[in-house]
Amino acid sequence: MSVLIFIDQSEGHIKKSSLEVITYGVAVAKQLNVSAEGIVLGTVANDALIQLGKYGVQKIYHIANEKLNHVDAQLYAKQIADTATANNSSVIIISQNQTGKAIAGRVAAKLKAGLVAGAIALPDTTNGFVVKKSVFSGKAFANVNITSAIKVISLNPNSFHIKQTEGTAEIVTVNANVAEPKVKVTAVNKVSGEVPLTEAEIVVSGGRGLKGPENWGMLEELAKTLHAATACSRPVADAHWRPHHEHVGQTGIQVAPNLYIAIGISGAIQHLAGVNRSKVIVVINKDPEAPFFKAADYGIVGDAFEVVPKLTEEIKKLKTA
Amino acid sequence: MKILVCISKTPDTTSKIAFKDGNTKFEDAGVQWIINPYDEWYSLVRAIELKEKDASTIIHLVTVGGADCDPVIRKALALGGDEAIRVNTDSSDSFYIAAQIAEIAKQGNYDLVFTGKETIDYNGSSVGAMVAELIDAPYISLATKFELNGTTAIVNREIEGGEEVNEVALPVVVSCQKGVAEQRIPNMRGIMAARTKPLKVVEPTVVDTLTNIVSFELPPAKAGVKLVPADNVAELVRLLHEEAKAI
Ligand SMILES: Cc1cc2nc3c(=O)[nH]c(=O)nc-3n(C[C@H](O)[C@H](O)[C@H](O)COP(=O)(O)OP(=O)(O)OC[C@H]3O[C@@H](n4cnc5c(N)ncnc54)[C@H](O)[C@@H]3O)c2cc1C
Ligand SMILES: Nc1ncnc2c1ncn2[C@@H]1O[C@H](COP(=O)(O)O)[C@@H](O)[C@H]1O
Repeated sequence: MSVLIFIDQSEGHIKKSSLEVITYGVAVAKQLNVSAEGIVLGTVANDALIQLGKYGVQKIYHIANEKLNHVDAQLYAKQIADTATANNSSVIIISQNQTGKAIAGRVAAKLKAGLVAGAIALPDTTNGFVVKKSVFSGKAFANVNITSAIKVISLNPNSFHIKQTEGTAEIVTVNANVAEPKVKVTAVNKVSGEVPLTEAEIVVSGGRGLKGPENWGMLEELAKTLHAATACSRPVADAHWRPHHEHVGQTGIQVAPNLYIAIGISGAIQHLAGVNRSKVIVVINKDPEAPFFKAADYGIVGDAFEVVPKLTEEIKKLKTA
Repeated sequence: MKILVCISKTPDTTSKIAFKDGNTKFEDAGVQWIINPYDEWYSLVRAIELKEKDASTIIHLVTVGGADCDPVIRKALALGGDEAIRVNTDSSDSFYIAAQIAEIAKQGNYDLVFTGKETIDYNGSSVGAMVAELIDAPYISLATKFELNGTTAIVNREIEGGEEVNEVALPVVVSCQKGVAEQRIPNMRGIMAARTKPLKVVEPTVVDTLTNIVSFELPPAKAGVKLVPADNVAELVRLLHEEAKAI
């Protein structure tokens, strides 16, 4: 028996969300007293894989087929399910990131395994196998019992702390048959140089209070100082002040960073639904009655155009101190 | 071209979230039910646009749920679509739901199955992937743009930190989000027409439920905001650094 952890990579680089699922999967394995094993698909340097032992994973199955360098839901699900079956894995852990959303359901259906998608805590195994997950767009949690023999958990990004221990992982190179992908990737457009929103530790977000796209310079400056990603409210994206992929909320992207700084955003319920899992929320708004203050940990009632440049300056001071 | 659009019902986005029966059930008293926004605004509207371009297109809607879903399905029919199928069963298990949809999908031989990116109540983002697996079709998740060129679908989809463009021969299952289409409002003609459109109710196929919800809980209440005067930004930075340890 084992716990199988899907370790997501992009261009040979192991994602931060993968370190989270490894830490989580290792903890589940310990709970069940079974071994923690990983699976990596596509080209990744062996050294990078051995390093993952530091996070407690004991063995990694590496299927280095080039056809797997791109995420293809069908091919990925087959490799993960086959590896799980071959190694008698009873629990499979996947990150609920973009890749996870493409494949977790497929893996689960292939194995006829119950799936908890968007888990935020370790399973409670005292009475069944109960996993807590986020529901109602972050407004509540559900405790879900998985009753099937094989179980799949996809873990919400940023909901489990990465822990380093000691050790090196044994790498098992697997020569698997990989079919021709049915989906052809004809273009990849990555926003280069920016911190991906869903991976960011800190998010700086702006709303209609900023008046226009020309005023985003000060937000970008603040974001750069904090090594943060930038985000925005829906009307801002709708008005094309900012690109659509920055829109957070119920109908946009859901984020859960350590720190979310909301500037000139009123805090409508649909906006909160995308950000309320953030650990610390800071609100800067000139209206003391703005609903966002009710969801905030820290706030400044004031004009963003005055407060934000000062904030950037003070943070620079802190960083150079 | 035959399109199957998966429609689920969810509480209105502004609903108060509360639970009953010892926190085992969602408190639905006074809750306004709507079509899950991703299903309505993006997948359904895109399907209607495809039909507007090619009148021979047939759109079927499928929902897995009890009779309380009917008003929501009628609303979806009012927006567009030719007929609706309701699988008469209620479950929160995504595998069980997907298996029901897959059964309908197999029987109807659809070229295209659209789902929303996720339901805004269960937030699984997984039913589409499961349906694709169960009917052995490719799956393109989190689409932001969808075009057809004959029997090839050209789809932009969200990946971490960007987008990619995919090309795939039909049949395919696609989960839709913002960008795929723009929200529409049903007009009077559509509402009248919806009354006479068929809404077939079928009984579920026998499938195991693999998960069940034991209980719900609300997040702990926030301690309350700590306000810092606007002329003392340095204090905010100190708090974030020393107290919250967030920077
Ligand atoms: C079904 C549905 C889904 C939705 N989904 C989303 C979603 O996913 N994401 C989302 O964001 N919204 C969503 N919305 C829209 C949401 O209801 C709000 O309309 C939106 O979030 C408001 O954006 P805003 O806060 O930027 O603008 P506003 O509500 O206009 O707020 C602007 C704020 O800026 C403040 N301000 C003005 N000037 C300054 C200044 N100089 N300095 C500091 N503060 C200033 C004002 O006091 C105000 O609080 C959805 C709505 C619906 C109905
Ligand atoms: N009960 C249901 N009936 C029909 N379609 C559903 C149902 N539940 C989910 N779906 C579809 O699957 C998508 C993803 O749902 P979920 O995996 O629950 O986030 C939704 O946007 C719907 O299109």
